[in-house]
Amino acid sequence: MEQTSKKTIVSLKDIFVRFDGEIILNHINLDIMEKEFVTILGPSGCGKTTTLRIIGGFVEPESGDIIFDGKKINGTPPNKRNVNTVFQKYALFPHLNVFENVAFGLRLKKLPKDVIKDRVTKMLAVVDLKGYEKRNVAKLSGGQQQRVAIARALVCDPDLILLDEPLGALDLKLRKSMQLELKDIQRKSAKTFIYVTHDQEEALTMSDRVVVMNNGVIEQIGTPEDIYNEPVNAFVADFIGEANILNGTMIDDCRIRILNRELECVDKGFGKKTPVDVVIRPEDIELTSPEKGQLVGEVMSSTFKGVHYEMSIMCGNCEILVHSTRSAEVGSTVGMCVIPFNIQIMNKLLPFYDNVIETVVSSSSEDENYFEFNLEDETVRVDGQFFEEGSGVRITLPPSALSLAGDGVGDLKDVYIESVVYKGEHNEIILESDERKWLMLSDVDEQVATYVSLAFDFSKASFELINGNREG
Amino acid sequence: MKSRKPSIPYIIWMVVFTMIPIVMIGCTAFTDKNGNFSLDAFSNALFYSEVFLKSLWIAFLSTVICLVLAYPLAYMLTKMKQSSQNTMIMLFMIPMWMNFLLRIYAWIMILQENGPLDNFLAILGIPHSSYLGNTAAVVLGMVYEYLPFMILPIYTVMSKIDGGLIEAARDLGSGNVTVFKKVIFPLSIPGVISGITMVFVPSASTFLVSQYLGGTDDIMIGDVIDKVFWTDQNTGSAISLILMVFILIFLIIMNLFGDEEAIA
Repeated sequence: MEQTSKKTIVSLKDIFVRFDGEIILNHINLDIMEKEFVTILGPSGCGKTTTLRIIGGFVEPESGDIIFDGKKINGTPPNKRNVNTVFQKYALFPHLNVFENVAFGLRLKKLPKDVIKDRVTKMLAVVDLKGYEKRNVAKLSGGQQQRVAIARALVCDPDLILLDEPLGALDLKLRKSMQLELKDIQRKSAKTFIYVTHDQEEALTMSDRVVVMNNGVIEQIGTPEDIYNEPVNAFVADFIGEANILNGTMIDDCRIRILNRELECVDKGFGKKTPVDVVIRPEDIELTSPEKGQLVGEVMSSTFKGVHYEMSIMCGNCEILVHSTRSAEVGSTVGMCVIPFNIQIMNKLLPFYDNVIETVVSSSSEDENYFEFNLEDETVRVDGQFFEEGSGVRITLPPSALSLAGDGVGDLKDVYIESVVYKGEHNEIILESDERKWLMLSDVDEQVATYVSLAFDFSKASFELINGNREG
Repeated sequence: MKSRKPSIPYIIWMVVFTMIPIVMIGCTAFTDKNGNFSLDAFSNALFYSEVFLKSLWIAFLSTVICLVLAYPLAYMLTKMKQSSQNTMIMLFMIPMWMNFLLRIYAWIMILQENGPLDNFLAILGIPHSSYLGNTAAVVLGMVYEYLPFMILPIYTVMSKIDGGLIEAARDLGSGNVTVFKKVIFPLSIPGVISGITMVFVPSASTFLVSQYLGGTDDIMIGDVIDKVFWTDQNTGSAISLILMVFILIFLIIMNLFGDEEAIA
C-alpha cells in the first residue's frame, strides 16, 4: 500500500545491451520508487552491474529507454545526471585527503567555501569519520575507505545513489555491521538506494525490494520475504538461502507427488500431472519417528552449526537437507514431516525434460552405419544409426546423454551455462546455445555464466523418422 | 630473519665501482699534480663557470621542450587501443636501438648546407646556408636524443591511472576538461618528475652532441671534462665533482617537489 503512494524515480523500459555480440541485458523492465532500498541480486555475469551502469550513465543501451523523474535520459553523460555512485573498489582519489575526496563533487558545483566545509563536516559525522579530514585515503582501512566513498556520493545530495558491491572487499564481521549502517544511512537520508550484490544474505538484510537477475533477465522482483518464501522458480529458490529443490508432479490442485509419496500442499492452478519443481526449506522439515513421517530416510551426516544441526538425510537416492535443533544419530532411520503451507510449488525452468532435436540428415552411409546432421553450423556425426540422406529425424536425448567436453572438442561449442540447480540426486544444468536451451544432469558443480563444450552420447538417445512427406 | 648473504656480491659491486671511484675523484679534485692537498683544481674549474651555465641552460631548454612534446603525446597514447599504443611506443623506441653517434651524424646530414632541410627551405625562397653550429641545433639533437626518456615514464604513470577514478570524477559532475585538470594531471605528476629527471640529468652532463651540432660557443661541460681530463686530471675531477653536486641539488629539489605533490 505504501509502495503505490510513492512515485517512480527511475524506470528502465525494455533495456537491451549487447557487448561484442554477447547479450548482457535482454529486454529488462524495472521501476524504482522514491526513497526505496532496492537490491539487484544475481550471480556474477548476470548483468546486474551493467544495469547499474546504465542508470549511472556509463553504459548506453542498444535499445530501450531510461526514464528519470519522468524525463528520458538516454545519452545524458554521468556528470549531467543527478545520480552518484559508490564504486566497487571505492575509486577514492589517492592525491586528495579525506576532506577533499568528499568535497570533490561540491567543489565542482562551485559552492561557497564555508558551505562546502559545513556540508563535508556534517557528512563525515554521519559516516562516523569525524576528525579524519586530513588523513590520506590510501592509509585508511577498507571499512573507512568505504565510508569515505559513501560520504562522497551522499554529500552531493543526489536523488539516487548507486552502490556496486561496496562491501565486497570487507571481512565478514565488518560487512555485517556496514550492512546495518548503510540501511541506517539510507533511512536517515531518505534517499533512493540501488544496491548491487551477489550476496543473498546482504540482499535480504537491507532491501525493501530485491530484484533477482540471471543471464540478462529479471527472474523475480519482490520483498525479501516474498523472494524467500515464494520463489518463482528453482533458480531463485536455489540462489536465495538454502533449499531442497526436488522434481515433483502436480497430481491435482493441492496434491503433489515427490519422492514417490503423495503429499498435500496449498498451491493450485498447475493443472493435472504437470511436472513441477518443489522447494522445501531445510528449517521447514520436522523430524519425527519413521512411522509418523511423511517421508522416511537415513541420516548420512549431522553437523552442529550453533543455532541448529545441519543434517543430510538420504531418501532413496535423493539427499534432503534438514535444519533442526534436535540432532539425530548418523545411520539411524528418521521420519520427516512438512506442513502443506511450507511446500512451495514452482513451474519448471524449462518446458521440456528430454532434449529433442528435429533435423534433416545431411549425409549418411549404410555400409559404415552412420549419419550426420547440421546443428547450429556444426556437423554432428551419429554412429550406429542409419537414416537416408534428406530424411527428417527426431532425436530425443535424455539429460543424462549430455556431458561437458574438453576445450575444442565436443559436438556443440561455446555453450553458456545458465543455471545449476541441485536436485538432491544430481545437478540439473541448463545450458544455452545460439538457438536453444539444453538440460543436462551432472554430479559436478559447474560454474554458471561460463562457456563450455557440449558432447552428446547418442547411444542413450532414441530416434524416430518424422519425414511424413516421403513415406506417405 | 632473511639472510643477507645474497646481497653481498652487489655490495662488493657498489663498493668497487661506485664508492671507490667517487672517493678517488674526490681525492684527485682536492690535490695537485704532486698529490698534495690543494684547491687549485677548483679555482681552475671556475674558469669554466660560463660553460657550466650554458650547459644547464641547454639542458633546461631540452627538458622543457621534451616535456611540452611528450606530455600531450603520452596522454593521447593512453586513449588509443592497446595494440596501437604498443606500436606507437615501439616506433619511439626503435631509434634508441641505433648507435648514438650514428643518430648525431644523421642530424649533421640533415642540417648541413645542401642537406634536406636546407634544400627544402631553399624551395621556399630562403637562401642556402648551414643550420649547424648553433644552440638551437644542439637543443634539437638533445630533444631527439632524450624524448623517449620523457615519454615513457609519463605514459607508464598515466596508463596506470585507474579507470574507476575517471568514472568517479565524471559521476561526481566533472566534464572531460575537469577530469583532466582534477584527476589525470595531478596523478601524472610522478611521471613528469621522473621524466624531467631522466632528461635533465643526462643532458646536463652529455658530450659530443654539442661538439658535432653546436658552434664554438656551444661547448658543454661534458665536452670540457672530456678535453681537460687528458691533460689535467685534478681540474677534470673538480669539474666532475661540481657537476655532481649540481645534479644532486637538482634531484633533491625534484624529490621535495614530488613528495609535496603526493601529500597535497
